[in-house]
Amino acid sequence: MEANLFTSMLFATVVAGTPLVIVALGLLVSEKSGVLNLGAEGMMAMGAVAAFAVTHETGSPWLGVLAGMGAGMVMAFLFGILVLSLMANQVASGLALSIFGVGLSAFVGKPFESVALAAVPPIRLPFLADIPVIGPALYNQQALVYFSWALMWAVVWFLYRSRAGLVLRAVGEAPGSAHSIGYPVIRIRYLATLFGGAMAGIGGAFLSVFYTPLWVEGMVAGRGWIALALVVFATWRPLRVIVGAYLFGGVMIAQLFVQGSGMEIDMPSQVLSSLPYWATIVVLVIISRNAATIRLNAPVSLGQPYRADT
Amino acid sequence: MLLKLEARPEPSQLMAYLSPLLAVALTLIGGLLVFSALGTDPLEGFKVFFLNPVKDTYGVSELLLKATPLMLCAVGLAVGFRANVWNIGAEGQYVMGAVAASGMALYFIDSESAMLLPAMVLAGAVGGALWAAIPALLRTRFNANEILTSLMLVYIAQLAVSWLAHGPWKDPDGFNFPQSKMFADSALLPMLIEGTRLNFAFVIALGLLAAGYVFMQRSFLGFQMRVAGQADAAARYAGFSATRTIWIGMLAGGATAGIAGMAEVSGPMGQLTEHVSNNYGFAAIIVAFIGRLNPVGIFFGSLLMALLYLGGEQAQQYLNLPSSISKVFQGMLLFFLLGADVFIHYRLRLKGGK
Repeated sequence: MEANLFTSMLFATVVAGTPLVIVALGLLVSEKSGVLNLGAEGMMAMGAVAAFAVTHETGSPWLGVLAGMGAGMVMAFLFGILVLSLMANQVASGLALSIFGVGLSAFVGKPFESVALAAVPPIRLPFLADIPVIGPALYNQQALVYFSWALMWAVVWFLYRSRAGLVLRAVGEAPGSAHSIGYPVIRIRYLATLFGGAMAGIGGAFLSVFYTPLWVEGMVAGRGWIALALVVFATWRPLRVIVGAYLFGGVMIAQLFVQGSGMEIDMPSQVLSSLPYWATIVVLVIISRNAATIRLNAPVSLGQPYRADT
Repeated sequence: MLLKLEARPEPSQLMAYLSPLLAVALTLIGGLLVFSALGTDPLEGFKVFFLNPVKDTYGVSELLLKATPLMLCAVGLAVGFRANVWNIGAEGQYVMGAVAASGMALYFIDSESAMLLPAMVLAGAVGGALWAAIPALLRTRFNANEILTSLMLVYIAQLAVSWLAHGPWKDPDGFNFPQSKMFADSALLPMLIEGTRLNFAFVIALGLLAAGYVFMQRSFLGFQMRVAGQADAAARYAGFSATRTIWIGMLAGGATAGIAGMAEVSGPMGQLTEHVSNNYGFAAIIVAFIGRLNPVGIFFGSLLMALLYLGGEQAQQYLNLPSSISKVFQGMLLFFLLGADVFIHYRLRLKGGK
């Protein structure tokens, strides 16, 4: 395989994997606090449309990213009201958030369906980008790609090295005990949920402002759900999230691989497009096959409502 | 905060029935706010959206036509949801049911047999059930979360139908549109009322609602599944099979969603197109919840949801609003329902007023 081809594939894999990295890390933090938010798809869709609209109106992709983040947080806050304050079922509420977010994004995004944004130029990191083969693929990327790497280390540090992260994990493992020694369980869960929403919004923004850059109804195309599956696949560990996300990124650009390989395969494009979804299923099966793996790694209170009866 | 939630000693039966009505009322208020925010006269918007669609017999027949696939999908889903089997891939099962039924209709395109339609209904049910069997198998055999697997299969089903409509099943005389040949008359569902599009599938839906009611409320198996949903430790202690619960829950949803897909291609569409997927499978999740997982409730829930669909079409035509406004209202409805449900288990009390 030519070096050039390898470089462009690596580049495309990282780009395709980046929104998954960002969204899945956000979901991971909220799940570590015990909140299962199945609304990722809706939060991403709202983030994508808000970011696109603001970028289109102001011309600034960074204001767009902020707007995407804000939209994701508003959605997460709605979810928080339902499941944290009103103690509604987390599975049903997450579904509601997804249905609502996808619908609302289609509605508010209608006027933007036929417009395109100027492509945002990548940021070239000096010296690193000069490394042969991998340099141009990894270090001549969009700023949000670098952000996703920083985010991973930040999440690792936060969860396993900081006091606040310890408290957050305690809330996810044993909310009753955390409450009894004086930690505000609900407030911590709100913050973790909002963080998940913010990251889902940024992930959506990456799709509509940097990746395509277009707004099309349904453009999130299941990435929110794939990110949820990734967290399970990673057994709630941040480093594995990034590995999984790039594996999926690779699967998502399978089309490029097939074309690049020079093979003459007569395969309908739909088969290649369906690969990420098959991959998600396969990955879930592999990781869930051993029930103990999930039981040992999932936050104990994941999905359970909590109410301090005092 | 002056108000606080206080646990009720027992869940309120009254609130369990009032909460969907409260959610509908809140959605209507939300609708008024949305219309005024969009600069549409809220009363005019309200009239176009909620009243215009049902102002004559034809409108009502369209409402029942739209409600049919929702009833079908929702009644099967409710069987699973009651047992905490979260099949959220009804949309994909609906598509696969449509595909299986279309396969039958296209293969026997010259047939005039009266058996073709029943065979298509069966094919639809089997197609949907087979698609639902995948997550059921993965859940029971490999413990894989059925929410995520059934959802992934929605995307795959949509791609599959797109491939069929663009590829092997494309009508050679169809001006290159991604759609199959029109079905023969013998493969089309008979109309119930002359001059409308309401067809026999509505009767099938009513029959399945009744069957669902008997199964869930009156059969021992239905009882076991209810127990599994409400107290799975108790169900295990009683020796009710968890594997069987999952299988029944998934297959029921898949089969009815598949029949809904069959009804769509064999009814209003008359052919298989790329756009057979119309969000019914997801809207049916809302219907199942708003109907309290009860067939009677599902009947009314699907009428309401069908009204939201038709209202969206009217809003597009007369108010120049995107028809996706329906989805906004659908999402709002479920949100408000879940919020209102808190009052089943809790009540509001003034703080300090003990």
